Amino acid sequence: MNENKNIAVLPAAGGQPNGMPLEDVVIRLAGNSQDGIQAIGGFLARLAGRTDKEVMTFMTIPATISGGPSIFQVRLGTGEVLSPGDDVDLLVAFYQHSYRDHIGTLREGGILLYDTDHVKPDPHGQRYRAIGVPITSRTIEAIGGTARDKGKNMFVLGLLARMYDLDVPKLEAMLRAYYKAKGDDVIRNVLLAFHAGYGYNLSQTFVFRPARIAGRGGQVVTDGNQAIAYGALAAGVRFGAAYPITPWSSIMEILRAELPKYGGIFVQAEDEIAAVSMACGASYAGRVALTGTSGPGMSLKSEAIGWAIMAEIPLVVVDVQRGGPATGLPTMVEQSDLNIARYGSHGDAPRIVIAPSSVGDCFYTAMEAVNLARQYSVPVIVLSDQALATRVEAWTMPDFDQCVQELPLDLHPRGPDFKPYENRADGIAQHAPPGTPMRDGKYPIVTGLEHDESGHPATRPANHAMMVAKRRQKLKVLESKLPPPELHGPPEGEVLLISWGSIRGVVQEAVDRARANGERVSAAHLRYLMPLQPGLKDVMARFNHIFVVELNDEGLYGYGQLAGILRASFCDPRIRGINKTDGLTFKVREILEIMREKIKAPPAAAAAAGAAEVRQ
Amino acid sequence: MIAAVPPPAAPPRYTKKELIADQPTWCPGCGDFSILSVYFKLMEKLQVPHEKIISVAGIGCSSRFPYFVNAHGAHFLHGRAVAFATGIALTRPDLHVFVFGGDGDAFSIGGNHLDHAARKNIKMTYLIMDNEVYGLTKKQTSPTSPLGFKSKTDPTGAIDQPINPMKKVIAAGATFVARTHSHLPNHVMEIMEKAMAHDGFSVIECLSECTEFYPGAFDAANPRKGGRFELVPANHDVTDELAAYRLACAPFPGYFGVFYQVQRPTKNALEAKLIADAQATTGGAGPRELLKQTFQRFQ
Repeated sequence: MNENKNIAVLPAAGGQPNGMPLEDVVIRLAGNSQDGIQAIGGFLARLAGRTDKEVMTFMTIPATISGGPSIFQVRLGTGEVLSPGDDVDLLVAFYQHSYRDHIGTLREGGILLYDTDHVKPDPHGQRYRAIGVPITSRTIEAIGGTARDKGKNMFVLGLLARMYDLDVPKLEAMLRAYYKAKGDDVIRNVLLAFHAGYGYNLSQTFVFRPARIAGRGGQVVTDGNQAIAYGALAAGVRFGAAYPITPWSSIMEILRAELPKYGGIFVQAEDEIAAVSMACGASYAGRVALTGTSGPGMSLKSEAIGWAIMAEIPLVVVDVQRGGPATGLPTMVEQSDLNIARYGSHGDAPRIVIAPSSVGDCFYTAMEAVNLARQYSVPVIVLSDQALATRVEAWTMPDFDQCVQELPLDLHPRGPDFKPYENRADGIAQHAPPGTPMRDGKYPIVTGLEHDESGHPATRPANHAMMVAKRRQKLKVLESKLPPPELHGPPEGEVLLISWGSIRGVVQEAVDRARANGERVSAAHLRYLMPLQPGLKDVMARFNHIFVVELNDEGLYGYGQLAGILRASFCDPRIRGINKTDGLTFKVREILEIMREKIKAPPAAAAAAGAAEVRQ
Repeated sequence: MIAAVPPPAAPPRYTKKELIADQPTWCPGCGDFSILSVYFKLMEKLQVPHEKIISVAGIGCSSRFPYFVNAHGAHFLHGRAVAFATGIALTRPDLHVFVFGGDGDAFSIGGNHLDHAARKNIKMTYLIMDNEVYGLTKKQTSPTSPLGFKSKTDPTGAIDQPINPMKKVIAAGATFVARTHSHLPNHVMEIMEKAMAHDGFSVIECLSECTEFYPGAFDAANPRKGGRFELVPANHDVTDELAAYRLACAPFPGYFGVFYQVQRPTKNALEAKLIADAQATTGGAGPRELLKQTFQRFQ
């Protein structure tokens, strides 16, 4: 059970008062992938976005194969929801295997809602409350004899609407709109199933407490990949190229369908290398282009990313991380591409790396990536991940009047002083796309060979040193303009948790829970991973223990990828890691357990012990 | 296609002299020189404004080409020039992209990109300077080196079946497939002009002798060396794919000229149609309006 959750404890059995108040509930739906349980979650999410009493987030753990078991977890709340939740309050089990595989996630005192037509729960299961509903037979009864299993999800949605007192007219309107294209018969069946569920006489119901957050409204509900795709469109991206790969693909699917409306093109390339090469070509031709992929594709794109760094061509590369290495875990989450994002090319190849931390942030991160790429003439890697890609959240509607931009083609004639790679103080390259008249009749060549200021190949030793420094200098300029890391909690204390990427919310929830428990814990979140935000060293100085929380391996010496980068950057042996590699997102409890275990050993002693271990 | 202006009475506005950039770093006698000078002549003949000339290359001796042309140029990665050029061609309908490369770029490391640019019929001209050897890296076997060719990587002679360039590009779906020989610049000129006029993916294999590492490779097709330059027969139907394939099967040195040419919608045109159709359904709404409409559905 979530320790800070303000929910009345359920007695083990019998005599339930109904309409019990609650602030927050974690629902896990377990069935098979054809049962449409994702649809239930989608409707709950959209409902939350449209009502002022619930904010919510949820995550999916996708099926590994079509037709196999599938689960889906939703967290609904009236407070700020930062993570998908540690333990499940309500488990809906469609089948015996759903019950068997997921009953362990149900918290003590939670509710098991199961289909009596398919599930026989352990009669001795005393730690939770079981409510059996003949979901399959009641659905068939409601829709008609030939319906077989179709519509069970709508029946369950009705049950949930009854159990949690959800806004039925709004849900109904959403169902009608969603199934409009499928015709009246389908809508009729959907509503019959929904109302059969809603009308079922449940022995337990709840009512959400009123929201504590005032003035919400204008909420939209999307997943992280949708947010990235539309962020790129808002930023003016009009050309992209990619190769399908899970969990990146839905971004390219959206862009392929949407870009023509915006006058743009998205190419499904023959391979990852072609995709990044096409994007390099389109960027060179005058407007920032986008490519994207997941882990294996990053390995393949690395050479071309290095070309764009050498040629100083703007480029946006989205990496929706999954478990690696090699083919790894295509449908599970890991934050293990940080090193390849920062360093993944031969030679000294500085580029910008940024990571969104929430679904809404995906939209703005995509926009920022485009602008940073343009401004600094360099590739920008956006590090999202599988959990963020498939996570659905309600977030504030962007102000499109303010944020939408166009990227015009700049073909104005360049003067006689024009040098594409002029060694300016800020190190930033000046591009003249093909089609640009050159007043002095001298045309630039853009190249992956080391070159002089005019773009001509040059092997002079001093020139290479100057150009390497120039490409590095751009990032120093950017670094000086970045804000300090975002802090959650007081700026001094005992323990500092450092996070990056999609786990920001769960780390902040860990801080809240630890502080409620009297522990002096704060968190710092890094949005920019290359260059690093200034001021982190000062923040770290005010804490005794420093842990970098990341979903990657703790490595040979007890710290993960970002922790290693921070140790190398700040020479601070107190920096240790809180890591895990099970392919799932962090639970708040997991972070706190590792943290509490590790702070038993003082950081200096831990560092010494680590060193001793290495010597052995 | 950049329209050719009528022959001017006054001296041409865009001269090939202005197009000459650095002294080429190719070895004396290299076949690539003649292709470069034909390119200059062609640009002058068609009066292509110099800012509209774009030469793209991968890696290899021939891929140094853009440095020797004083116009816009890009020197991309080994084998990926066609993919890079695709990004330019699709976003810049105002330019005709020329890609220059060698047999390693086209048929070895970049073989996949050649196939897909061909089947997608992306509007550009790809001129492959085939010398049947890796010259820049000093004589290793290339994908077009003949069986028995002795190189540093095949000291006892090449044992792997070489690629037949014409067969490969015809099979991949290129809509303009031609073959020429750098020792016959007039023929190169004729073929390049036809390729540039073609609305689609045009591929030219130009035999280009490496005097340093494979001298005399193409003498059999060079009349000045006692060879025979066999033109594609006058009665050959360029739209007949099987006939083109049969020409490609002729033993070395084979035929020269246009093997195959058909009109098929380019990806450029098909994408433009997708855009026109999509914008017709949205009433030409701008990005702000489109995003607002989409996000209303997300509420």
